[in-house]
Amino acid sequence: MNKVYETAAAAFADLKGKGVVRDGMTVMVGGFGLCGIPEQLILALRDTGVKELTCISNNAGVDDWGLGLLLQTRQIRKMISSYVGENATFEKQFLSGELEVEFNPQGTLAERIRAGGAGIPAFYTATGVGTPVAEGKETRRFFRPSEDTAYHNRQRQRGGAAATAPTAPPAPPAQQRDYVLETGLFADLALVKAHTADPIGNLRYNKTARNFNPMMATAASFVIAEVEELAPLDEIDADGVHTPGNFVDRVVRTVSVKRIEQRTVRKA
Amino acid sequence: MPLTREQITQRAARELRDGFIVNLGIGMPTLVANCIPPGMDVWLQSENGLLGIGPFPTDDNVDPDLINAGKQTITARPGASCFSSADSFGMIRGGHIDMCILGAMQVSQEGDIANWMIPGKMVKGMGGAMDLVAGVKRVVVTMEHNSKDGGAKLVKQCSLPLTGQRCVHMVITELAVLELDEARRRFVLTEVAPGIGADEVKAKTEAEIIIGPGVKTIEV
Repeated sequence: MNKVYETAAAAFADLKGKGVVRDGMTVMVGGFGLCGIPEQLILALRDTGVKELTCISNNAGVDDWGLGLLLQTRQIRKMISSYVGENATFEKQFLSGELEVEFNPQGTLAERIRAGGAGIPAFYTATGVGTPVAEGKETRRFFRPSEDTAYHNRQRQRGGAAATAPTAPPAPPAQQRDYVLETGLFADLALVKAHTADPIGNLRYNKTARNFNPMMATAASFVIAEVEELAPLDEIDADGVHTPGNFVDRVVRTVSVKRIEQRTVRKA
Repeated sequence: MPLTREQITQRAARELRDGFIVNLGIGMPTLVANCIPPGMDVWLQSENGLLGIGPFPTDDNVDPDLINAGKQTITARPGASCFSSADSFGMIRGGHIDMCILGAMQVSQEGDIANWMIPGKMVKGMGGAMDLVAGVKRVVVTMEHNSKDGGAKLVKQCSLPLTGQRCVHMVITELAVLELDEARRRFVLTEVAPGIGADEVKAKTEAEIIIGPGVKTIEV
């Protein structure tokens, strides 16, 4: 099995024909800011001319790089993101109503993707309770898992202690809190960035360039990974694989620009 | 004299404890990292997937794959670990972070916080703020006591859309330190800036607050 393609364009060449790339599709794109984005795959997706995309990505790139490029060409109809700060194109299209945006808390977004990939249709989280994020969603009261354990431990201790002498006063019952129901996310296509891949698609990420990439690699019908290095089979230690190869359909090695948003240094 | 931004930062740093895992918000809270008392071991978490933020890199040491939540280039300290955003927010939501320090537009007298959107203005998103205030054990807010037009920011009820409900434990401003009394669900004024009276703080605060017994002067 060899999943390696020579160029990003080659990895996309037959995808329209196969119906993988089509107007109106949902695409997940990895990265946090410009760190760990599949930059050359974004360019190749742009060049397919596909339109009306729903993009699930933590951010929206900057005006002239990352997903900002697909905003400029008006190929994105809707973004599902947590923060879209540094992008004037985004702002213009959002304010004019051309672009629809669904804001998710960052942790909720990460977990929705993880859940979608793991076959979990929905989950409860305390994040967003009492905020606009929870509007129209089901809420339910639970014990916090750690408190639930503590509560049952106390119940048991009290039961055991009743036969002998009561020592400590009974602890107050744990408080339940509100949780909001969030749904899993799954996409038609995921574009991820990793550092190293082998021919069967096992992936390793580098430092904080990992971010959303591992979950996205599990949560789409078709997954393409952009990497900096190709390793021969068996060179990535089995215990060191971050994303098992079965999740990945295609791999492309590129020379990444890796643009930095906020270069911050101290004096040597 | 009201505290300077630097003094607010220094006061916030005194909330750190040895061994704490801490998440610092973007802006003024980030500067708390420069004020960690020598000899105290504090681990800084970055929600984009790093536990153990080190100092900023030197010019020849910049790595585009290593950034903080403010997208600044950083380094990792010895013993640091990298993980996915799902693991990072599992850490946050699961209560494995001891403290976060973040800014706010409004805090209510019951500890609600609003810091992510102003209706009618361009919304940039909440990022990780909602997860942090919902999951971190202790939430400390550093902010200006009043808005630029003099309006109160510590209010009876937030008029802005919330980031989280009943989650703020402490507020540090240029005038005062207030700590939430969980039982009474009100903030207690515990410290004032040098030369600032409790009455002045009360006058500049819309929220119903309790003037604690033995209000201290903030050491600067």
